Amino acid sequence: MSRLSEQLALGRFVVTAEIAPPKGVGLDVILEQAAALKGVTAVNVTDNQGANMRTSPVAVAAVLARAGCEPVLQLTCRDRNRMALQSELLGASLLGIENLLLLSGDHPSFGDHPQSRPVFDLDSIHLLKVVKGLNGGFDMAGKPLSRAPFFFPGAAAVPEGEPFELMFHKFRKKVLAGARFFQTQAIFDTAKLARFMDAAAPLGVPVLAGVLLLKSARMCRFLNANIPGVRVPQTIIERLEKAADPTEEGVAIAGELVRFARTCCQGVHLMTLGQEKRIPEILANSPKQC
Amino acid sequence: MIVSKQKNREEMAALLEGLDSLFLVGCSACATVCKSGGEEEVFRMEEWLTTLGKRVTGSVIIDSPCNVNRTARDLRDHRVQVEEADAVMVLACGAGVHSVVLKSGRRVIGALDTLFLGNTLRNGQFAEKCSLCGTCLLNETGGICPVTLCAKGLLNGPCGGMEDGKCEVDRELDCAWHLIYENLKKQGRQDIFTRTVPAKDWRKKQPPGELKVK
Repeated sequence: MSRLSEQLALGRFVVTAEIAPPKGVGLDVILEQAAALKGVTAVNVTDNQGANMRTSPVAVAAVLARAGCEPVLQLTCRDRNRMALQSELLGASLLGIENLLLLSGDHPSFGDHPQSRPVFDLDSIHLLKVVKGLNGGFDMAGKPLSRAPFFFPGAAAVPEGEPFELMFHKFRKKVLAGARFFQTQAIFDTAKLARFMDAAAPLGVPVLAGVLLLKSARMCRFLNANIPGVRVPQTIIERLEKAADPTEEGVAIAGELVRFARTCCQGVHLMTLGQEKRIPEILANSPKQC
Repeated sequence: MIVSKQKNREEMAALLEGLDSLFLVGCSACATVCKSGGEEEVFRMEEWLTTLGKRVTGSVIIDSPCNVNRTARDLRDHRVQVEEADAVMVLACGAGVHSVVLKSGRRVIGALDTLFLGNTLRNGQFAEKCSLCGTCLLNETGGICPVTLCAKGLLNGPCGGMEDGKCEVDRELDCAWHLIYENLKKQGRQDIFTRTVPAKDWRKKQPPGELKVK
């Protein structure tokens, strides 16, 4: 059983972080980042995030596992058909990977290979069901596996998605399809997060609120223009603009969001984009009075 | 309607290198409506080819060159001109090109790019609403196709990139699932939202398609 599933089962407030595989084959950077993340429960390994081609997340997750850092393997439906997904999943299990975050995936038009043919043979709901099947010893075609893997499958949620009803319908479908935990897209609006958690709590699946470390107003504008599902509100952009030290302000904002998440979520998923050393400050209860 | 558009002149000029004479085939159906291969466009093409120093041996506008037998008949009627040319240039969709390949026995130059099955919105404006996937869900989706209108062809609701009912790929475009949701809601129906749609059987879409009606 993975540490992530254990801690969630125990009702601990869980912290996950994330690493983006390199574009290349150097291990040193990955291991350095992993070392900086010793304090968190598990570390997501992104899968060609933002549709930018990077090293295989299965390989990187396996390296992390070997280095004693528990990975959450992110797997998208964008680049693989149903055969490749299942084969990749079994390979991941073989390498000791248990935690999964199963996603549809950002559209290739966002990334560095916009000419590529997106696959989307399955969607995230299908992929969750496939993992349930593999855990039960059968592949998608109903053929028995020589030995079943053991996965702890999670999925993504978008608490600030509008219209709420439609977004929540998808969330519920993911729960029914077998999602055992959720990590959310970056949240900024605590009222919207509270509304989401009010609706989600009765379903009984743990939710880790996504908290993104912002560095500057410029970064916010870039995210708003280029990253699907991320919408930094104007009020936060203004805070960063006015701040004497925007990096410090970003840490303070993230800290406030974490503090709020402690009141209604089962954990946080920190997206620090290379600033892993700031994690202890973000997690400290009250980094700065607002 | 099969929507097509002419390749750009530069690409076409490269295709025509080494060819001195051409016979032109247009289409009186889809390519006429798309203004890519009707009478007018065949005439303009002839003019352009002449400026390149090519000789046009003749031309014919076929009533739906996708119809193999009709294409065979019309090419027979122009046999001498077809055989006199170094190649036959076809201003029709890929299906039309293929009929000419099958029935002319000549080298064929396709002058168009075939884009999609389209609805005509107004004169000269077309939109893809059906992608011919072979397993139709429209009866459950209020008539709106997620396979075509969702950039990812998702079958079980919107992706995380939906924002205020708009698509992540183009914020000007409506999210297909938002359209489906609103349409069904207006009709007081739940339909596709009551079930998990299983993964698609893509065998129905695998080319080459074939159908025999008895």
